[in-house]
Amino acid sequence: MTTRWFGAPVQRVEDDRLLRGHGRFTDDIGEGALECCFVRSPYAHARIRSIDTSAAREMPGVVAVYTAADLPFGGLDLPLLIPHPNLTHGRTQRCLASEIVRYAGEAVAFVVAADRYAAEDAAELVAVDYDPLPVVVTPEAGARADHLVHDDVPGNVAAEMLQEVGDVDAAMRSAPRRKQLRFRYERGAASPMEGRAVWARWSAAEHKLTVYDSTQSPTSIRGGLAVLFGLPESNVEVIAPDVGGGFGPKIMLFYPDELLVPFAAMQLGRPVKWTEDRQEHFTAVNQERGQVHEVEVGFDDSGRVLALSDDFVHDGGAYTPYGIILPIITAGQVPGPYRIPNYRVRFRDVYTNATPTSPYRGAGRPHACFVMERTLDFIASELGLDRAEVRRRNLIQADQFPYDVGVAWQDGNTVVYDSGDYPRLLERALEMLGPKPPGDHVGMGLGIYVEGTGVGPYEGAHVQVLVSGKVVAATGIPSQGQAHATVWAQVVADELGVDVKDVVVSSGDTRRFSWGVGTFASRGAVTAGNAMHVAARMVATKAKQIAAEQLEANPDDLELVGGRVRVKGSTDRGIPLAAVAVLSNPVRYAFGGGTEAATQFASKPRSGPPLHGGEEPGLEATGYYSPPGSTWASGCHAAYVRVDPRTFRLEILKYVVVHDCGRVINPLVLQGQIEGGVAQGIGGAFYERLAYDADGQLRNASFMEFLIPYATEIPPIEIDHFETPSPLNPLGVKGAGEAGVIPVGAVIASAIEEALGIPIAEMPLSPLKLFELSMLKR
Amino acid sequence: MKVNGIEYPSPGASRRLLSDHLRHDLGLTGTHVGCEHGVCGCCTVLLDGAPVRSCLMLAVQAEGHDVMTIEGLAGDGQALHPVQQAFHECHGLQCGFCTPGFVMSVVGLLAQHPNPNVQEIDEGIAGNLCRCTGYASIRRAVKRAAELSPSPLRAEGRGEGGT
Repeated sequence: MTTRWFGAPVQRVEDDRLLRGHGRFTDDIGEGALECCFVRSPYAHARIRSIDTSAAREMPGVVAVYTAADLPFGGLDLPLLIPHPNLTHGRTQRCLASEIVRYAGEAVAFVVAADRYAAEDAAELVAVDYDPLPVVVTPEAGARADHLVHDDVPGNVAAEMLQEVGDVDAAMRSAPRRKQLRFRYERGAASPMEGRAVWARWSAAEHKLTVYDSTQSPTSIRGGLAVLFGLPESNVEVIAPDVGGGFGPKIMLFYPDELLVPFAAMQLGRPVKWTEDRQEHFTAVNQERGQVHEVEVGFDDSGRVLALSDDFVHDGGAYTPYGIILPIITAGQVPGPYRIPNYRVRFRDVYTNATPTSPYRGAGRPHACFVMERTLDFIASELGLDRAEVRRRNLIQADQFPYDVGVAWQDGNTVVYDSGDYPRLLERALEMLGPKPPGDHVGMGLGIYVEGTGVGPYEGAHVQVLVSGKVVAATGIPSQGQAHATVWAQVVADELGVDVKDVVVSSGDTRRFSWGVGTFASRGAVTAGNAMHVAARMVATKAKQIAAEQLEANPDDLELVGGRVRVKGSTDRGIPLAAVAVLSNPVRYAFGGGTEAATQFASKPRSGPPLHGGEEPGLEATGYYSPPGSTWASGCHAAYVRVDPRTFRLEILKYVVVHDCGRVINPLVLQGQIEGGVAQGIGGAFYERLAYDADGQLRNASFMEFLIPYATEIPPIEIDHFETPSPLNPLGVKGAGEAGVIPVGAVIASAIEEALGIPIAEMPLSPLKLFELSMLKR
Repeated sequence: MKVNGIEYPSPGASRRLLSDHLRHDLGLTGTHVGCEHGVCGCCTVLLDGAPVRSCLMLAVQAEGHDVMTIEGLAGDGQALHPVQQAFHECHGLQCGFCTPGFVMSVVGLLAQHPNPNVQEIDEGIAGNLCRCTGYASIRRAVKRAAELSPSPLRAEGRGEGGT
């Protein structure tokens, strides 16, 4: 493949409308929609004695108030997305709770009114009589089963899974050194700047439901709504318009509003819109990261890990709508880039009276990385070895790929690394980091990670050359800022020999492409990117066949260059792609240059019917790509920090990233993904903490107290890339969306530990936490 | 109230937020609402030339004032405003939700500091949250915007970052 656009720092094609204020986010869509407000449980666990909506219904402007009793699907458990044999006690919530609420923020009633102001006023008048029940809030309390979250789930254990590679007991017994360690990682929140929103319209005349949803998976929403409402899928359109950040929680489906808004629109015969406010986002949108790990490591005097045993509890929250993907990923990723000859991991996914958990950027990996990297730091400290040297002695080497870790992966296969060069990552990061700055209370942190990306099952793409010569391309998965419209235009432009500006990409709109999975798990570039490549190549092949007839040449001797199909290297034997598009359809009805250009070719007689057997009109194709397994990106982060020993203010003096995600489509976009990921990681490591109290109340459900970093907290980040192409897909790409965030907790902990000389075994940290830890040390 | 140079009639309900008035009454949906409690800065507009949170103001409080929203920076079909152009060139946006607020803050920042130094840039954008970019590209965009902005002060060779 002659690459021209692939790999180039192409500036984004989607910027103009966003910069002018002409973006189209779900709440920007008006059309006189009715607006909604939820009544949510103020208790983390309670029995509902009664719900009285009469006063709310009488409020001026109120159109409808729904409780579970008012819904035809009120008694239906919401779907459990990814069942697993080990998930023996999966539980999902109902659209609106009518008997028991199990987390503060669980939806109880839904008010539809003329506008949001009226809906909020009415929601306050819905009288719910609760009988509070005892709660379990922390994963430890959940695992101890101080109280049960679900009466019929013994011990609060939704799932348990045990895996072992090698013989851990034997290796541990014979290991010269052993140590037990405990690590704790608290919940975090993705907090995209745009909360969730849904807008729906029912057209009775067309018998058609149209839904705008700030989701990461419109195709799945469409499939579910079609079944729920008994409509053919062709009568349901779901569009993820501009989405203001996703980071995982918007892949969760179905949230109650995703059923209630379309339902209300159908029932009321008017457009209905719900836009979440920030406070409810904090409790109503899924969170992630809460885990407690009990680790035993056996190692030798040189620092080599001989055996690792990890027994961890995963905080599932009140329900398991997303199955047990998160702890499975953690279990699979604890060994990371290291050779761990004997590895045993057991997890229990336990219920707690808190918001359910599902993937948040990193999805099980930051905690896994934290466990492994902290363990290696401990070994280094115990042996008096350099931390980098301990890592060198344990890293998988560049000639050991494919490398089978031997434990389960989220796609049902085992974890098999396809390619990489981990020692090179480490050495380059150390080189970039340079010597330690002078001064007291300065520490160095280091973390290496792998990231399974590009998980299946598949994505598809449709590519069409219009008779104008412009190209349209569509895929099912939406963008939440990842520049899909730019990077896929680059992939398509290369195959069709056109300018990247002549390719217009649509994503996340089932009207344009109705099959697909979603944007999550750093999978877009691998799955949809390769699908674009496949579809564009099919179009190129078809263009050559049509042109070959006209040019009386062999299709193999043709190439697509500069918007033309031409005999390779020839400047005069060619035909514009626009003309080929015209010729691809036996009917002519277009204006414009393509048609005119085609007329000189059109008179060639052709035997048989206008469309030969197997031929289809139009210069277009639909292609799919289904990965044979995950591709494994990797990276190394290193940092110097200074901590003020009195105020415990953190100053990040230098932060370097070396990253390998295979072949890079657009370095600008990649840089943005990494920089943003690191910033999110820094927030999660030191500033953001979900402060649940003993009653299960989130005490800091606002940006005033949940401290997302501003620019003043985020240092410049130095980034270097190298490419070990994935052998698993035609483009050789791996995912990059989550990479930036994964090792940050481990790196910051490592650096602060060295800076202050106090052991760090938990996340997140804060000045207060460091003060407490320093008091303990005394 | 004047919005982007156009005089509009009084907003209706006294409790209507300026952000809701702009978005839902006037159809200027480029001003976004990210937190509705004055922290994220997505709703930043210029009030008489200075950045304010439109979610912390009632629409009636803006009566008699000049409001400038993101839509007012560059007309349809016109070239982007230098700050918008700089965000584009420097990949200063990803999802684009916080972007209008950042752009308005930076317009306000450059009015005060036409040639801001590193600290002034950080402080100038430290009233706006971005969850996508990690701010690095936004810092680059601010520097670039200062270069692109026609500024008499800069032309006179004013040093880095005076106040």
